[in-house]
Amino acid sequence: MLPETDKIIEVEDLTVEFRKREGSLFAVNGVNFSLARGEVLTILGESGSGKSVTLKAMMGLLPGYAHVTGQARLNGKNILALPPAELTKVRGSEVSMIFQEPMAALDPVYTIGEQIAEAIVQHEGISKSAAMKRALELLERVSIPSAARRLKNYPHEMSGGMRQRAMIALALACSPTVLLADEPTTALDVTVQIQILLLLRQLSEELGMAVVFVTHDIGVAAEISDRIAVMYAGRFVETGTVREVMRERRHPYTAGLLASTVHGGLRGQDLETIPGAPPSLAALPPGCAFAPRCRSVQETCRSGQPPVVDFGPGTMVRCVRAVPQMAFA
Amino acid sequence: MAKLSAFDPALAAPADVLPAQPSPGYWKAVGQRLLRDKVTLAVTAILLSIIIIAIFAPVFAIQDPLAGSVMRRLKPIGTEGHWLGTDETGRDIWARLCYGARLSLIAGMTPVMISLVIGGFLGVTAGYMGGLVNTMIMRTMDVFYAFPSILLAIAICGLLGNGLSNAILALSIVFIPPMVRISETVTTQARHLDFVEAARASGTTTMQIIRYHVLSNVLGAILVYATSLISLSIILSAGLSFLGLGVTPPQPEWGLMLNSLRQAIYVQPLVAALPGACIFVTSMCFNLMSDGFRGAMDVKLNK
Repeated sequence: MLPETDKIIEVEDLTVEFRKREGSLFAVNGVNFSLARGEVLTILGESGSGKSVTLKAMMGLLPGYAHVTGQARLNGKNILALPPAELTKVRGSEVSMIFQEPMAALDPVYTIGEQIAEAIVQHEGISKSAAMKRALELLERVSIPSAARRLKNYPHEMSGGMRQRAMIALALACSPTVLLADEPTTALDVTVQIQILLLLRQLSEELGMAVVFVTHDIGVAAEISDRIAVMYAGRFVETGTVREVMRERRHPYTAGLLASTVHGGLRGQDLETIPGAPPSLAALPPGCAFAPRCRSVQETCRSGQPPVVDFGPGTMVRCVRAVPQMAFA
Repeated sequence: MAKLSAFDPALAAPADVLPAQPSPGYWKAVGQRLLRDKVTLAVTAILLSIIIIAIFAPVFAIQDPLAGSVMRRLKPIGTEGHWLGTDETGRDIWARLCYGARLSLIAGMTPVMISLVIGGFLGVTAGYMGGLVNTMIMRTMDVFYAFPSILLAIAICGLLGNGLSNAILALSIVFIPPMVRISETVTTQARHLDFVEAARASGTTTMQIIRYHVLSNVLGAILVYATSLISLSIILSAGLSFLGLGVTPPQPEWGLMLNSLRQAIYVQPLVAALPGACIFVTSMCFNLMSDGFRGAMDVKLNK
């Protein structure tokens, strides 16, 4: 492991339980990860696997009936235990978030410039005109053409890609050290998608920002990240570098995901599907959550949680079939 | 799946498809849409002239609205010196209508403004806070909803005694519940939009979110609804005066005039109908104007 000081964000044993009258929903069940400056981690998983909930828990954005345990340490302090006033200060200035739907995430009645300037004024208390100047720099930073004029545009006057750039500029307004991106490219078409990915990657390198990127798109994950965490039913089932996860596919779920995605390695083959559907988060099976859909399921899978098999720093697989010796052979 | 490490300038430069024209600004755009709407323009012009006549009543009406004479009772429309005729005590109808517009407009607009401030505050609070606060405010309002509005107004007026200020107070109380309900609904919708969440994620405090993001998005809807309430308020206050609960005679007020001229309906039907026509035209104009504003202020009906 790297020395603690290098990690700007450390998430330990994060769990989120939605307590409702009808019963509890276990959305996140013990998530661990840590990130250094400039590092990009992608959380990969299908709908309802707890990706977005993980991000929102880290921002303290979950509603009151969500019961969050564990720790999320940002520069040493645990965000989850911060009082509301402190949390407000941390949000935006240290950790920031971008959303899936840029049209909905921008206020329709203010111009882009006003919104960005407003965020800066709030956190830094500088004058409106100085904040506007900063907003202009930010728009240029996210390469919006004719930024000075765009500053005076309303969200509905911009194209989807442009709005997402504006959204990123808004998130960067107070130079956060951690950026959480909740499927920011899902609503965009493919050519714009790659531009936004490149921009995020570039910004993370230039500004030394740690980025947690959430997506269900394997191609996007491969493009942007240093490391990938595959999430299933609220748990990371496999983590590792992009190369490791893509090549080794130690977990059967990862293997299934890759086999069901179009990519060059599959030329001439039929696409496979993973049979079945993800388990209900209200009633998780006692054993491995993937067991009901797994091809190589064994008796031990159904009875208890599969072991976490470590393959070195930041690389692990949660499966009975993963054998550590094989990896080093 | 190799990572793209080199930044391809062709990829990195986004296509600038939409013209980067600076937007004319929200209110300017609303103004431009209003200018194209002939009906709204016309009713706004009528309303403005009614308001101008009310403010400058002494200029428009030379006669004293309170000076009567038994010699000139119930003259028809077109009588010399009294072009709209006289009422049952010989007072000039035109003068009384001009001065009456003052009281009628005050009685019509003040309750709406009061309920807009109080009801809007309660509604936005209920909508944004949700949970217990919402339940407490909304259930209290539901109690008021149990009574028909005119009945509630009569009951409150009866309790407080007659007079213009009591009528205004009664109508304000009557209008608070619907105002709360409207603002609660639009606030609840706005609160769940992504940009409110995005604002929270960027460290905006609750008060700032309400002031900056919520109010600006709900104010349009609330204002349009308030405008439509003005017509109802004019009619209700006229109704209260008609029943002898609002303005007291001999003050000129349209509802009160309608009441006293009622007895002359067989003698001078046209003259007796004039105050009613004024009430009808004014409330109609407010209604049509609020319709026009709703269209003009909606971002989605844009262009």
